[in-house]
Amino acid sequence: MDLNYTDSQKAFREEVRSWLQANVPSEPLKSFDTSEGFRQHREWEAKLNDGRWGMVTWPEELGGRGCDLIEWLIFEEEYYRANAPARVNQNGIFLLGPTLMEYGTEEQKARFLPMMATGEEVWAQGWSEPGAGSDMAAIRSKAEKVGDHYVINGQKTWSTRAVWADWTFGIFRTDPDSSRHKGLTFILVPLDAEGVTVRPIEQLDGLPGFAEIFFDNVKVPAENVLGGEGMGWHVAMSTAGFERGLMLRSPARFQETARRLVELYKANQEEADIDPVIGDAVIKAYLDAEAYTQTTYMTASRLVKGGKIGPESSTNKIFWSELDQKMHETAMSILNARAELWPHAPQAGEVGKWLDGFLFSQAGPIYAGTNEIQRNIIAERMLGMPRA
Amino acid sequence: MDFTFNEDQLVFHDSVKSFLTNEVTPERIREQWTTESGRSSDLWDQLAELGLTAMTVPEAFGGLGMNELDFILLAEECGYVALAEPLVDTVLVAVPLINSLGNEQKHFKESWLPRIAEGKATVAVGHQNNPLVADAHIADLLLLPNGNEVHAVPSEQVELLLNESVDPSRKLYKVTWTPSAETLVANEEEGKKLWEATLNRGALAAAAQQLGLARRIVDLSVDYTYERKQFGKPVGSFQAVKHHMANVAVKIEFAKAPLYRAAYDIAEGLSTAGRSVSHAKLATSEAALLGAKNGIQVHGAMGYTWEVDLHIFMKRAWALDASYGSQGFHKKRVKDSLLAEGALLGAGNSFVN
Repeated sequence: MDLNYTDSQKAFREEVRSWLQANVPSEPLKSFDTSEGFRQHREWEAKLNDGRWGMVTWPEELGGRGCDLIEWLIFEEEYYRANAPARVNQNGIFLLGPTLMEYGTEEQKARFLPMMATGEEVWAQGWSEPGAGSDMAAIRSKAEKVGDHYVINGQKTWSTRAVWADWTFGIFRTDPDSSRHKGLTFILVPLDAEGVTVRPIEQLDGLPGFAEIFFDNVKVPAENVLGGEGMGWHVAMSTAGFERGLMLRSPARFQETARRLVELYKANQEEADIDPVIGDAVIKAYLDAEAYTQTTYMTASRLVKGGKIGPESSTNKIFWSELDQKMHETAMSILNARAELWPHAPQAGEVGKWLDGFLFSQAGPIYAGTNEIQRNIIAERMLGMPRA
Repeated sequence: MDFTFNEDQLVFHDSVKSFLTNEVTPERIREQWTTESGRSSDLWDQLAELGLTAMTVPEAFGGLGMNELDFILLAEECGYVALAEPLVDTVLVAVPLINSLGNEQKHFKESWLPRIAEGKATVAVGHQNNPLVADAHIADLLLLPNGNEVHAVPSEQVELLLNESVDPSRKLYKVTWTPSAETLVANEEEGKKLWEATLNRGALAAAAQQLGLARRIVDLSVDYTYERKQFGKPVGSFQAVKHHMANVAVKIEFAKAPLYRAAYDIAEGLSTAGRSVSHAKLATSEAALLGAKNGIQVHGAMGYTWEVDLHIFMKRAWALDASYGSQGFHKKRVKDSLLAEGALLGAGNSFVN
């Protein structure tokens, strides 16, 4: 155990920091769930990619830097410290990208990865269906093989970023006689294809952050299948695996929220201390963000040395989503009567982005597998408890 | 940056773990409850033979010269089996305290450390944060505070009054003694630092055992949920029961790194040790106490009995919660450190000292 960064890790941190200092927009971008904000974020992705900072863990030939997981954590720490824009193509670069590298053919990699890296093609995810949420294996959307094409019919929902995205990925039932996890195929679908209808869904903040996607005889060439017909569940599980989860929700995000929470508490301590549990919650939040960070470093160190990830990784999602919720609840308590005001309200004062974060934190225990499903997984696969 | 244990540490951990689970069984613990001292000198000899009592004794004094990080996984296993013998306190608290005494105590160190390493002497340590002294009845020597002075008091110069604990394995004593020039081994100024370091080591010792206890409680409870059937099924197949156990598993997973980090900080003598230790104590106690609460719940009425082994571990977890600082004490330490002027917080500062 050596909890010091190496000279090369320190130099890497400096390089990230100085590039971000010079390049992060001074004015915050509009939300990427608005048309203008989406365009701004796409431009930011192109800029990141020009500096070879788009996806540092990708190999150099794809515009990355071949970084290991520790360097990735360092990059993220600097990224969140610099308050750099949220990653509009996160479904592409963090989830689909690594899956393409693992299962894609050379042609698929060459076709999709460079456009993903520049942000020219932004990806939406297409997992859930009206009848398949927590029970993802209940998928009914069909893809029928006709010659060298698949013809897709059905519906996806809760497709994050689908309103302005260019492509979606998801699993479809290619064997009509199959059930549950069998007979599913992972397919990449352009959202401008004939027969695709995207219907925006307004989120809690009133913006169309996700959408329903309807497929009506949508023709997709067979080369858009990732990992082979019938392998859909297997490929999807890899997309949802630990390292992808780490990419999507790295500890730096929560550490910065915790730091802002400590500052908010310090600035309002006298008023906040009327309720003594607030100070306690601030301390607990900070420690939990630290615990998540240290635990991630421990796991990353093990993986860098060739270790394998076990079922204990399903504890991560519960931990960070509940931490995020708790931190924002505490901030709302500190903000007192101003908590309900949007930042642009005349009497809001310096309420910052807490309300936005609070609303989004309510989604954490639901998306990417509800926390109830995660608890079942922990009980059955990690603790070995009897299946229902 | 490498947040992993090395091969030697892991191999030693494996062998000690299997020794402890084979030798320190619930049956043996219950047997020891019926003896007057509650302690087994045979077991202590075995622990010494494995080199465990010598671990943190410097090589110059006949020990193995290892540090807190080398012992931390073993301390966790001592908690897992609810070891009654004061091995963790000896290795993590008593030996480092003696070893940190000034050079003028060289003779004192020479006379005690080799004997402790061999398992031929035991030392109990008092502390301002603990009103009672654990295992004073089997100690040959007691290290006690008088204000901030450190005194080394031979067992024949103390009077002990047993205070029964909820945990039948715990032996806690009110110690009556008289400080003298002969017993003084560190003055006020030096002693202040020594007792602060002792608090951190004691809290680390308790934290490691709490983590082991939490793991054991989950293991026992999961086993029970297979055995016990209701509505024609093992109760462990019901979601409400599963989620009780999953919640403890989450607490356990995220208490590990803070514990190891605290051991690292102490072993490396880092200025962050105080906050790291408090974090470890809070996180591991949270895991152990939730483990106790959910463990007894999934055991149903059987969990409320003396017969089922659960209480051996549950009671130790309750008892250790306030050892070397209550939750309030440790929360306050963290709070003071986070709110201090110029505290380095947020992303990128986790490993800055």
